[in-house]
Amino acid sequence: MTAFWADLFDKFGVMVVGLVAFAAVVGIVLFLADRAPKKGRDFWQLLAFVSPAMILLAIGLIYPAIRTIYLSFTNRSGREWVGLTNYEWMFTQPEIITVLVNTFIWVALVPTLSTIFGLAYAIFIDKSHGEKILKSLVFMPMAISFVGAGIIWRFVYEYREQGFGEQIGILNQLIVWFGGEPQQFLQNSPWNTFFLIVVMVWIQTGFAMVLLSAAIKGVPVEIIEAARLDGANAWQQFLNVTLPGIRGTLVVVITTISIATLKVFDIVRAMTGGQFGTSVVANEMYTQAFNRGEIGQGSALAVILFVMVLPIVIYNVRVMRKQKEIR
Amino acid sequence: MTEAVEKAEAKLDRPLGQRNEYTAEGAVARQFRKSKEKLTSPWATAAAIVIAVIWTIPTFGLLVSSIRTPTEIRTTGWWTWFVNPSFTFDNYADVLFASGASSANLGQYFVNSLVIAIPAAIFPIAIATMAAYAFAWIKFRGAGAMFVLVFALQIVPLQMALVPLLQIFSQVLGISGTFPAVWIAHTIFGLPLCIFLLHNFISEIPGEVIEAARVDGANHTQIFFRIIIPLSLPALASIGIFQFLWVWNDLLVALVFSGGTVDVAPLTQRLAELVGNFGRNQERLPAAAFISLVVPLIVFFSLQRYFVRGLLAGSTKG
Repeated sequence: MTAFWADLFDKFGVMVVGLVAFAAVVGIVLFLADRAPKKGRDFWQLLAFVSPAMILLAIGLIYPAIRTIYLSFTNRSGREWVGLTNYEWMFTQPEIITVLVNTFIWVALVPTLSTIFGLAYAIFIDKSHGEKILKSLVFMPMAISFVGAGIIWRFVYEYREQGFGEQIGILNQLIVWFGGEPQQFLQNSPWNTFFLIVVMVWIQTGFAMVLLSAAIKGVPVEIIEAARLDGANAWQQFLNVTLPGIRGTLVVVITTISIATLKVFDIVRAMTGGQFGTSVVANEMYTQAFNRGEIGQGSALAVILFVMVLPIVIYNVRVMRKQKEIR
Repeated sequence: MTEAVEKAEAKLDRPLGQRNEYTAEGAVARQFRKSKEKLTSPWATAAAIVIAVIWTIPTFGLLVSSIRTPTEIRTTGWWTWFVNPSFTFDNYADVLFASGASSANLGQYFVNSLVIAIPAAIFPIAIATMAAYAFAWIKFRGAGAMFVLVFALQIVPLQMALVPLLQIFSQVLGISGTFPAVWIAHTIFGLPLCIFLLHNFISEIPGEVIEAARVDGANHTQIFFRIIIPLSLPALASIGIFQFLWVWNDLLVALVFSGGTVDVAPLTQRLAELVGNFGRNQERLPAAAFISLVVPLIVFFSLQRYFVRGLLAGSTKG
């Protein structure tokens, strides 16, 4: 216990020093800008305000991104130019093709399922009693870490061989109760990928629900009422009034979840470590670059990830802009 | 058309287009309320409750597990707890404070997470506020192009920066595997989004306020401290909370830059290690996971409004 407190004081000491040092640097920069000679003061002040951010971004994001593109054309150590070898490797190695296919399965299923569940739930709870609590329950997974979610679901999927004690995972217990045979959900390929996807859907549904719920409440009451007076049933009301009214939000939700899904790393890491044919691009990039020291191949995977994210982001930005103009 | 409207208005007993708010209790008001309640059919509510239960059970099961004894966790399902209730905090004490080579040591990792997340939330917000002010209120050539560049940087996935940035940290600065390395990495990765969001907010501050201050002789530094920061406090809080949770929940940046030792690595990294050996750590993981979930859940339930706002704004980060 005393060791714990000593450790705590040490580390908080480091933090306080860090915070003070940061405050001092920013303070000095702004103080000098404040006291700059009248002539050219605007310029010095501009420099003081913009340059910290721009220097950090240049060193930490722009230069690394360009260098990663370069590294993707180099060999294992990143020193020798090898042309397109790494990309060729990516599209010919069966394991990496599985990784690419898995990524596509993820990005096809997660946004679709999350949006469907989120939308259905948002409609079901709209104007119901206890709407706030019901919302919180489904939204809660969004707040916790992917690693935490991974652990939660490891226990749901936990497997005990038949005859070797009781099941401790609820899913297998349910199967046993209904007279089935327990399954190794996380090891049986290719279905294990789907059980990982369930975790991501579990997390993202809350996000979809919150956004769509807000959008549904924004659909003018008059239009819904008019439709109802015209004799439209609930389904027709949804199809012809609600759905067109929330189309913009729907697109933003789907694209946003798609981007998050493409970059999914922690879930795969925590649940299978990418084994049993469950790896995805973001996870494989880490494995290649940092576990195996394959700088070139890891960089090529990072570039592929960027290429996959790019069109979705552009589309997303366009839709958001349009929405803003309408508003 | 007009005929239909008249008919509808007759039916509703009020002009069409009026929001159906029921103020006082009149016969008409009651009728409105009834018609509104019909919208939520019992089936829909039942379906919603089923979904809510399914969504909650996994977390709830883990919470129940975390207060059972290690043998119980290993041999029976958490649902047997209802027949056979037991209650112990030993798991929590064990994963937090037990010493020994193989212990989880989460107490120290918890401290690491705090020491990482607090500065990693403050630094990017501070730097981004300054940059956002400059982009919004200091006129200079190339401002537009520079802002578009910052905006575009949001789409660069973290993965694109990891290898070269780690090389810079280890070979040039020699700080790899220390708290400052993790702080700086998180600061850089958080900047584009923070600048973008804060710019949206700060540029909407009325120009007259800033003009008036300038007429009184205030320079940019003074305007920044006396007007911009006080007025943007709500936005700073929203974005700060979101950035804090993002850092707290992060695994990737920690894995690459923290060095993975008990001196620096955050909770998420230790949890990932523990879950990597699921068989051996089974009885520890429920309590361990809940220790890492406590902070986000407190933030979530106490500051839900800010959290949602930050989330909606920051949904494209990563």
